Amino acid sequence: MKADPDGVLTGTHFIDGDHASCEGALAAGARFAAGYPITPSTEVVERFAARVPTVGGCFIQMEDELAASIALQGGVWGGAKAFTVTSGPGFSLMMEHIGYAAMTETPCVFVDVQRGGPSTGLPTLPAQADMMQARWGSHGDYEIIALCPNSPQECFDLTIKAFNLAEEFRVPVMFMMDEVVGHMTEKVVIPPADQIEVVPRKHTRKSVEEYLPYATNGDMVPEMAHAGEGYKFHITGLTHDERGHPNMTPQTQDKLLKRLQNKIRTATDRICLFEQDGLENADVVVVSYGITSRVAQRAIDMAHECGLKVGKLRLITAWPFPDKKIVELAARVKAFVVPELNLDRWCVKSSAPRRVSRKLSPCRTQAAESITPRRFSTPSWRQADAECYRRHG
Amino acid sequence: MLNVIDDTVNPVEPFLRTDRMPHIWCPGCGIGTTVNSFARALIDSKIDLESLALVSGIGCTGRVAGYVKLDSFHTTHGRAIPFATGLKLANPKLNVVVYSGDGDLSAIGGDHLIHAARRNIDLKVICVNNLIYAMTGGQTAPTTPGHATTSTNPYGTFEPAFNLPHLVEAAGAVYVARWTTFHVRQLARPVNEAFQKKGFSFIEVISPCPTLYQHRNKMGDGLDTMKYYKEKSKVKNGAPTDA
Repeated sequence: MKADPDGVLTGTHFIDGDHASCEGALAAGARFAAGYPITPSTEVVERFAARVPTVGGCFIQMEDELAASIALQGGVWGGAKAFTVTSGPGFSLMMEHIGYAAMTETPCVFVDVQRGGPSTGLPTLPAQADMMQARWGSHGDYEIIALCPNSPQECFDLTIKAFNLAEEFRVPVMFMMDEVVGHMTEKVVIPPADQIEVVPRKHTRKSVEEYLPYATNGDMVPEMAHAGEGYKFHITGLTHDERGHPNMTPQTQDKLLKRLQNKIRTATDRICLFEQDGLENADVVVVSYGITSRVAQRAIDMAHECGLKVGKLRLITAWPFPDKKIVELAARVKAFVVPELNLDRWCVKSSAPRRVSRKLSPCRTQAAESITPRRFSTPSWRQADAECYRRHG
Repeated sequence: MLNVIDDTVNPVEPFLRTDRMPHIWCPGCGIGTTVNSFARALIDSKIDLESLALVSGIGCTGRVAGYVKLDSFHTTHGRAIPFATGLKLANPKLNVVVYSGDGDLSAIGGDHLIHAARRNIDLKVICVNNLIYAMTGGQTAPTTPGHATTSTNPYGTFEPAFNLPHLVEAAGAVYVARWTTFHVRQLARPVNEAFQKKGFSFIEVISPCPTLYQHRNKMGDGLDTMKYYKEKSKVKNGAPTDA
């Protein structure tokens, strides 16, 4: 279906990524948000608090991130599309409710504008420090989806995508921004509402008598009902059967968890979005996401000027991870350059580590400042780059 | 002609998910009694059950959500109130009841309890207070009275306990009440009163845990507890909470 024009601020804007993400949420149909202030993410809900009453919804500032991350799920079961916004330390506190959303299959969006950590870390300096906890932070076996924008325009476009994926698969979707993308101001074009596709809630058409909250009817994603509609359903974070009733047997656990994982895993190819360029005959491939992918582009251009065969793989979907693509490249390229704003590099840990790590360049960065193009290096690249630099000044 | 007495029909049965019986509560536990009183209050109040949602946290009382035939949510430990807050805000037409235990609402969820009262959001909270963490084996709660023996204070508790109606009233609730599970009939009244009041209402029901509290503190069985409640309780309607 098309977006509700009330929430769409059609036009050309000069806004930062945080504000653009808020506009994306409104365009996607979000009419409820619960939040707790934390730098560098708060601008998202500050704008939402000002905008949403004008389109018929509300924002509540809760007493902490635990409250915010579960209040938003109350909002979803009350019928709203809902999200919360946070940064590293708050995201750590929200892990319990990412698990609850995964287990109860509550469609919702967690926007995380990443900053340096651990602990209080670097409140207004960037990092890509939450990529692993986005996927593994809550206990137990579950799957989520995570997206990584690299510009304010994408903060708008991909926030809509995040809501759409949340509704389609009934999973919590992590919107993994970073401080630079969140605070970067650029041109953002918001199209007319009739050019924006939004996925509506997968609401049941079954009668009260027929409806079972977790019956899947073959497609792995069950249909929802909302409170107050007469279905008198039960939702629990306990292991549950198709009726939604607690059923703590190994058989029920096995069936439920496999479905929670497979509903995402079987759709990995469709969910995984990436940008690629020059991979066909590349010797070296730069794998990047978020703000580092913007820097990577400049480094790749510089490498091309030197005549090096450097390809680009920019990940837009962070989770599920596009293993297939990486493994395929690992078989034929000489080296990977993986610039990330963290020391251990999420991409490497997530992708067939042994096959990739032996071809990994030592290009390591730290949180706190965005990497510069000249930090990208493999031995051959570094040599060629130095040569190129001498020639061109 | 006299009506035929049919004692095979439980009047509160339409409120229960009978397919989930038997429940998990121990013999002598007071939680089922509170559910009975709550259901009878709903019958009396003729409230529209389709617009009623019930939210629980975790613990023995947290299981209430699973046994009532309502839109019911068994949430995470301590977070029933913020979940209910989101539910109410997204659909203000709902009557939202939070039904949970003392540990869930006043320890891990204590932050949310006082802030919801401060906001005076239109939620009805029923707190079954058995003075202990029951589901996990009888550990000290913020409500455990001084000197009581618990599994984590085997030499007696030494921390002062919360007085929950006082706490919640001080934080801004429009209605607070305290009853015990001995007061089966009386308990329906505060539930009705809370439904008639807009704003944050809090009803504490003192309830026995014969298995873990009464037994460990040599207070007898369920029946002895009822006698104790009857003897010790003083009914004060409209009692000043600042006393």
